Amino acid sequence: MATSNFEVPELTGCTETPRVQEGAAAGIGSFLANAPIQEALGFPGELVEDWHDRAIGKMGELLGKYRSLQVFMDACVHCGACTDKCHYFLGTGDPKNMPVARQELMRKVYRRYFTFAGKMFPSLVGAIDLTREVIDDWYKYYYQCSECRRCSVYCPYGIDTAEITMAGREILDSIGVGQKYTNEILGKVHRIGNNLGLPGPALEDTLSGLEEDVLDETGCDVKFPIDVKGAEVLLITPSADFFSEPHVESLIGYAKVFHAAGISWTLSSMASEAGNFGMFIGSYDQLRKVALRIREAALELGVKRIVVGECGHAWRVAYSFWNTLIGVGGGADDEFGRMLQKQLDGAYPQPAHICEYTYDLLQRGVIQVDKEANDHRVITFHDSCNVARGAGMGGIPGGQFSIPRALIKSVANNFHDMAAETIREGTFCCGGGGGLLTDDLMELRVKGAQPRMNALKNVVDGEGVNFMATICAICKAQFTKVLPYYGYEMGMVGGVHQLVSTAIKLKCDK
Amino acid sequence: MPELEVNGKTYQTDEEGYLINLGDWNEDVAKVLAEGEKVEMSDNHWEVVNFLREYYNDFQIAPAVRVLTKAIGKKFGPDKGNSKYLYELFPYGPAKQACKIAGLPKPTGCI
Repeated sequence: MATSNFEVPELTGCTETPRVQEGAAAGIGSFLANAPIQEALGFPGELVEDWHDRAIGKMGELLGKYRSLQVFMDACVHCGACTDKCHYFLGTGDPKNMPVARQELMRKVYRRYFTFAGKMFPSLVGAIDLTREVIDDWYKYYYQCSECRRCSVYCPYGIDTAEITMAGREILDSIGVGQKYTNEILGKVHRIGNNLGLPGPALEDTLSGLEEDVLDETGCDVKFPIDVKGAEVLLITPSADFFSEPHVESLIGYAKVFHAAGISWTLSSMASEAGNFGMFIGSYDQLRKVALRIREAALELGVKRIVVGECGHAWRVAYSFWNTLIGVGGGADDEFGRMLQKQLDGAYPQPAHICEYTYDLLQRGVIQVDKEANDHRVITFHDSCNVARGAGMGGIPGGQFSIPRALIKSVANNFHDMAAETIREGTFCCGGGGGLLTDDLMELRVKGAQPRMNALKNVVDGEGVNFMATICAICKAQFTKVLPYYGYEMGMVGGVHQLVSTAIKLKCDK
Repeated sequence: MPELEVNGKTYQTDEEGYLINLGDWNEDVAKVLAEGEKVEMSDNHWEVVNFLREYYNDFQIAPAVRVLTKAIGKKFGPDKGNSKYLYELFPYGPAKQACKIAGLPKPTGCI
């Protein structure tokens, strides 16, 4: 059991609405980004002198630019349907972690500066001035939201708290208040090519080590190619897949799939990161800049298909935004976007998720598996929020839920879903998404994982589940850290392609 | 900026206690960093810490967990070449905790 200086919630198998405790999570905060980190992204290095006017100006700009934000500011009727839907409220009991309260942090200021009633009679309509205390609350509670969008599923108006959180973070960055974890990582992507800061030579060394390992284990010469011009497929995967356990097991799985199918593929040292933390901070400029590396790599390598590895928010960005952002899929209307659209093979989904890619190969009999190889595992599937609520898969309604499950069931015999209200579109966040996967937020991460842990406990106790598969690098890293707090082994979590890797039949002599 | 005091000298660290300047590292600094992590340095710990520094010197990043386990196994015996062994030495994770003691920057990302 991991040690901690806070109370770890007890698992009962049933997540109940907690007693409200004012300020229960007020002491939890993430480190601020320093000036070099901020300035590298074009943000002010520290709180600017005219922060008040600039923040209101930025809010006005965002209200004009994002129709959704304007609607979300106006539409809430305080019905309360969202109050018990946030895992951070359920885990901490802090009322400011109720989605409606998180929204109100901004709405109160919005009313004061952007509505007639709020300008004239602020106290009558709950409108408040933007003060330093409000800024502090914004920073604290907009970095206690994982932008998982579970609350929006239950909101009768479809208000998306994640978008409000993103706007909050964007305003904060514009006045010099940024988060160290997210913004430092964005800087590394621009400087080095990936979130980890893994330079090309280290990446090559790591990949050649993997080739040796797989050869030792299987007798098969499975390659992990990088920067190969003219390859059919460009694989864009989170850099954690190169670095961490259990992530790397899925990377080995992808490589085995390409090997068994006989398809030429490549990684890219320039685009050695699927993740796009630009989305987490609501910055369109950062989002686009990070995504453009992928277009540049795809054009340079001349690939025909782009496949995305197991990364939750990357899949949302790829599936939902890459088309207009960079021209993967229809939509981009600039020279290079059109060039890429012409280059990519229209006979395939662009981009394709690695799960739909592998499942299709299995369905068509291009690759074969030995399901019994996974018989030591009793498996459940954790839907990652950005895949579940921010994307689709395979061109069929609900494909993002059915395809990963179908893939698991094709490579393993023992599968049990967790309780219905905790999966699919109602899935609970792992507790570490949206830029919160940092050690300084460990208390929040552990407490926010409680609803998922309760659901897991039920299938562990009831069905003997010993493996929770997921298709997100953040989920994998978060559970690896958090499971031990709840008395479970960190090795219980792994990727869907870790299961594929175990079962796939490789065509070579052992 | 937070500081670390070792033998009367002060060293700059970040908020989480990682050394700012790689060149500030020496064995005494490592011992104090280890104390802060409640890790008692044995020969086994030094083997890992020294390997991390060598690898960082070559590649400007800490090794991937798999690279580390393999290299430690090759160098110091197969019984040491697994992540369970490394987690026993560095309970908060070899990547983050051992890096801190080795005076290397903290690996970041979805890890």
